[in-house]
Amino acid sequence: MSNAHPIPFRAILRHVLLIAGAAVMLAPFIWMISTASKPQTEIFSSELHLIPYRFALAENLREAFAKANLLRFLLNGIIVTVSIFVLQVMVALPAAYALAKLRFFGRETLFALVLFGILIPPQATAVPVFLLLHKAGLLDSYAALVLPFTISVFGIFLMRQFFKTVPDDLVDAARMDGISEFGIVWRVMLPAAIPAVTAFGIFSVVAHWNDYFWPLIVLNSEHLRTPPLAVAHFRNSEAGTSYGPLMAAAMVIIAPLVIAFLFAQRRFIEGITLTGIK
Amino acid sequence: MTIGATVAPAGATRRAVPAHGSRRTYAAYALVTPAAALMVIMLLGPLAGVIALSFSDYQLGAPHFSWIGLANYQDLFADKVFWTALRNTLTYVVIVVPGAVIAGLAIALLIQSGTSLRSLYRTIYFLPVMATLIAMAVVWEFMLHPQFGLVNGLLRGAGLPAFAWLQDRSTALYALCAIGIWQAVGFNMVLFLAGLVSIPKQLYEAAEIDGASSGWARFRLVTWPMLGPVTTFVVVISGIRSFQVFDTVHVLTKGGPSKSTEVLIHTMYTEGFEFFRSGYAAAITVVFLVFVLALTLIKSRLADRGVHYT
Repeated sequence: MSNAHPIPFRAILRHVLLIAGAAVMLAPFIWMISTASKPQTEIFSSELHLIPYRFALAENLREAFAKANLLRFLLNGIIVTVSIFVLQVMVALPAAYALAKLRFFGRETLFALVLFGILIPPQATAVPVFLLLHKAGLLDSYAALVLPFTISVFGIFLMRQFFKTVPDDLVDAARMDGISEFGIVWRVMLPAAIPAVTAFGIFSVVAHWNDYFWPLIVLNSEHLRTPPLAVAHFRNSEAGTSYGPLMAAAMVIIAPLVIAFLFAQRRFIEGITLTGIK
Repeated sequence: MTIGATVAPAGATRRAVPAHGSRRTYAAYALVTPAAALMVIMLLGPLAGVIALSFSDYQLGAPHFSWIGLANYQDLFADKVFWTALRNTLTYVVIVVPGAVIAGLAIALLIQSGTSLRSLYRTIYFLPVMATLIAMAVVWEFMLHPQFGLVNGLLRGAGLPAFAWLQDRSTALYALCAIGIWQAVGFNMVLFLAGLVSIPKQLYEAAEIDGASSGWARFRLVTWPMLGPVTTFVVVISGIRSFQVFDTVHVLTKGGPSKSTEVLIHTMYTEGFEFFRSGYAAAITVVFLVFVLALTLIKSRLADRGVHYT
């Protein structure tokens, strides 16, 4: 480090190191796009090249969509993640409001149970919940994918902490206007809590769009497959033969979230790191 | 006089509050009932259920079952596969946690040490956290392809020996660890960035006045001690997440070759959802739960001290 130019040297070193790291982080994404753009003959060549001699992205995509009903799987992903999020909000918000703003016998116990529930990893309850759904005849259905996640103790905790910061005057004013307690939840608290609900929504949608464990356990039917399950099946059925279409399928599956992330990265990072508390 | 004056309003409010209060109390119960019921059905009940099941020989589809005490645990502790799975899981945790924590910290420090391109770097390093792990695992599998993969291609180009990463029992677990680190780094980086931002600037100025002129001295005297709580927090979270490793194992190796990547949750999945030995799977779950809850208790201890960095 020369004393005459300490800043440029350090700045350059910083960029060199960060770019080297970034290359490693991005390598799978770049290789995925590169492979998805190559024809079969170029993929199975031991000579490495990033940019295809002949672009075959369109064929690979066409083949991916022909071999697997990707649109249906994406739609399943949307149906499942949106249903889970909407139900989570419908269940969690009223409870969070009651825990934050109302007095009732058992409130402390309930809140303690919520805090305890946050500690339980999702894999821990898999066997009994599976048996429960089996008994209820609900396995292999959208219900099996959605119902176990309608309760988000983490969502209740998060919203309760947020509602605590909403001034009581706002709630009292709404009561003076004759709004019922139910009305207050949806017409006063929800609008006030939009930032927190958004962050929770991102957290919830990302977690369930990417979830593999639960759909793997409860699903059998092809038409119900969620995106991660679809990629895994695609990979198993092609068994190392058509990497081009497989990479194209992987691209399609990660695209919705990655694109949304690139457009609103600050919100996404905020939403996903909520799990830091979890 | 004074007593009467204070009693009267108190009595008035006492009369007023129950009228409002009881209506509001009913509302409160109505508001929490769906959440409380679902919590019992989907979370607390199943948690008690998994413990109860672990003392039974329940099998899905079997006509009857009986309570067998600790027999599942005895079988488990006598099973070589279980010990292999436990050892592999611990190896995975012991590699991925330091790897992802140190790399996350290093990247956060590098990003924070300058002002240009901060958000671009943050976005790039965070990308793997966002992308569906199953899809990226399939990409990694192709990158690790013995013949046509990028990794071996680069190694050969550099004149180094190539490996059949995921098909070789001596490398498969480490390959999965590398994918695990790659995926977790960005998450840790963001937590460290939040921690770094909250360190008061004056501390660095004070350290400089006291003669801490080199970057290393400032890191050792200010950054590292100030990041202590965040670091512990990140270590524990990474530990919990690593313990849950399943996706990459299931899609890439199925625990193989020859059980070299068998991990706890994968064993639990196989027993519980492929062989439908629910009781036995429940016992594995309980062992898993003991480890995770031990880590979680450390974390909630920290949370109680008011350490929240998000």
